[in-house]
Amino acid sequence: MTTYIIRRLLLVPVLLIGVTMLIFGMLQLLSPVERSALYVRDIPKNDKVIEGIIKKYGLDQPMYVQYWRWLVGRTDQVTGEREGGILFGDFGYSRVGSQPVADLIKTRFPNTLDLTLWAVAPVILVGIWLGVQAAVHQNGFIDQAARVFSIVGTSFPTFVFGLLMLLIFYANVQWFPPGRLSEWANAIVTSDGFRTYTHLLTLDALLNGRFDVFLDALKHMVLPILTLSYLSWATFLRVTRSSMLEVLRQEYVTTARAKGLHERDVIFKHAQPNAMISVVTLAGFTVVGLMGGVVITETVFDFPGIGKAAAEAAGALDVVTVLGFALFNGVILIVANLVVDVIYAVVDPRVRLS
Amino acid sequence: MSEIATTPSGDIGLQREAVPLRQIGWLERTLGPENYRIVLGLSKTPASIAGFALIIFFVLIAVFAPVIAPPAAKGDPYNIPRDGFKAQPQPMGAEWKVRPPPLPFWWKPIMKTDHWVHIFGTAQGQYDVFYGIIWGTRTAFKTGLVVVIATLLIGLLVGSISAYYGGAVDNILMRIVDIFLTLPFILAALILAAVITPRFGRSLLPAILALVTFGWMGYARVIRGDILSTKERDYVMAARVIGVKDSRILFRHILPNAIFPTLVLASLAIGDVVLSFAALSFLGIGTDIGYADWGQVLSFARNWIISLDEYWYIVFWPGLTLVLFVLGWNLVGDALRDVLDPRMRGKT
Repeated sequence: MTTYIIRRLLLVPVLLIGVTMLIFGMLQLLSPVERSALYVRDIPKNDKVIEGIIKKYGLDQPMYVQYWRWLVGRTDQVTGEREGGILFGDFGYSRVGSQPVADLIKTRFPNTLDLTLWAVAPVILVGIWLGVQAAVHQNGFIDQAARVFSIVGTSFPTFVFGLLMLLIFYANVQWFPPGRLSEWANAIVTSDGFRTYTHLLTLDALLNGRFDVFLDALKHMVLPILTLSYLSWATFLRVTRSSMLEVLRQEYVTTARAKGLHERDVIFKHAQPNAMISVVTLAGFTVVGLMGGVVITETVFDFPGIGKAAAEAAGALDVVTVLGFALFNGVILIVANLVVDVIYAVVDPRVRLS
Repeated sequence: MSEIATTPSGDIGLQREAVPLRQIGWLERTLGPENYRIVLGLSKTPASIAGFALIIFFVLIAVFAPVIAPPAAKGDPYNIPRDGFKAQPQPMGAEWKVRPPPLPFWWKPIMKTDHWVHIFGTAQGQYDVFYGIIWGTRTAFKTGLVVVIATLLIGLLVGSISAYYGGAVDNILMRIVDIFLTLPFILAALILAAVITPRFGRSLLPAILALVTFGWMGYARVIRGDILSTKERDYVMAARVIGVKDSRILFRHILPNAIFPTLVLASLAIGDVVLSFAALSFLGIGTDIGYADWGQVLSFARNWIISLDEYWYIVFWPGLTLVLFVLGWNLVGDALRDVLDPRMRGKT
């Protein structure tokens, strides 16, 4: 087990360096002038000044010099101040957000996290339960419905599904509006009396005892949650079902039944824990997949998370911002994958022993 | 014959039943028994037949696009013709007032009028939705084919080199695959497309390049696995013993025997590629405004979210088209997964 985890940990720096190189490679597709946005706020129009900036930050130097400087930044000899340096969290200045990219991420990411957490929990809980039911009553109603749902669901592009949801539940019946908060709720949240604990809006609203704000935030998230997770429902259900079916066929389950255990205990205490092993990996992939899915979902629903910010920056060709998001996302995903692999090794002895 | 005659029972009929003889057609002979089983399985599943029907339907639309929606005399046929410049969408069946395109021959007998109407209405800026959908089908097939072929070639190259040489080469190439897989596909493609758009200008090219750059890893992994198992066959050993060159062994002996599953996977990936391409242009990356592609037509709806109850057709028709297109490929793909599943072997 320890060797497995150590081997897996050794892969992390390789992936991190690889991702930074990949993103740096994309940066190199820009001209030196465009790249200066990594270090300066306003790119001046004057040619002489631009040349000075390119010299100062070494944007015309060999790639490995630039790569190093991109990582650790540039320290001014006179003042001792450091400029740039993604290792220190300085991703450059965002033209679209008119603030440093790091600050933009700091304000936007909690919203995305709030959304994904709300999307993941129901999928895992209900998806697994439905999958178990589908397996226990094979070819029953839930099983058949799930089959149809998963093939139709996978054919629905996220943005078509999202627009359809808006068409039905907003334009026609006006139940669930897009955006983050209603105006009155936003006024409360930005007022002095509202204290920020976690930056997760729904949690903060509860901690402040503002149940009305909490409900309003939730109301705005219903459609994004559905859009973000309808694909995961289908996959979760299918994987749980097939691994559950496999486990139910094994002899120890028959033994449990033969010794007269209640069917409920056979299924939930004996069969389900073993069927969950493959579901654990899937849970990891789901979180990772949702992080990618937020780009489209947040854009459709005008939800102020990092996905929408990334799409906006990409649309406005604000490359420095976009690459900052990519880097941030890449690091999160590498860590998430690591956690999943380690959990997997803990749950399944076959992995750590092989 | 003499052997059968001398069997103890002497019953020729029984003997025939015990060893069933089967005619082997030319198709089975060219494809080999394994691949033939896959083709046979696909042609027998109702789901995949429905899928093929949908795909053929779209192929026909793409081929006959100039007949179904004739382009204006001048300019690029892929630019959706506009009926004026007003912002508000026009409802379905509204008459085409400003410079209507030429009428197709089927119009009068079927529609019973002398002038164009907007069959599916117009989107924001008076772009005709019907025209956009019809010519968008061509865009879909074009981008789908280009991306699939390019990703397939890269994947084959990387995967086969990785599998054939093994060791350090394999390790390095597979880590590169891991790195390319770190970023979520759509985000990575979005970023690259945004970076290279200033270089190439607004066209199909940036999105296609982005989808290719981040789309080959799956094929590399699959072909690598298949080659690893083919590599151990006796005929490969035989070729090596008589001193055949590495490249010849790889391309003439191993690849042809390992490539079929990857090819099938790739041919079905067109649905997914078209979906991703539409997602990119929905997000505003790629072609100029007014270019006939489905994502673009759908993105017109983004400014009319509040009044979608009135303008539902600007979401419904392009959305339905995209869903049916992807559904076609998914139905075939789902049937294929069942056929390829080793536990299903021998059941078709």
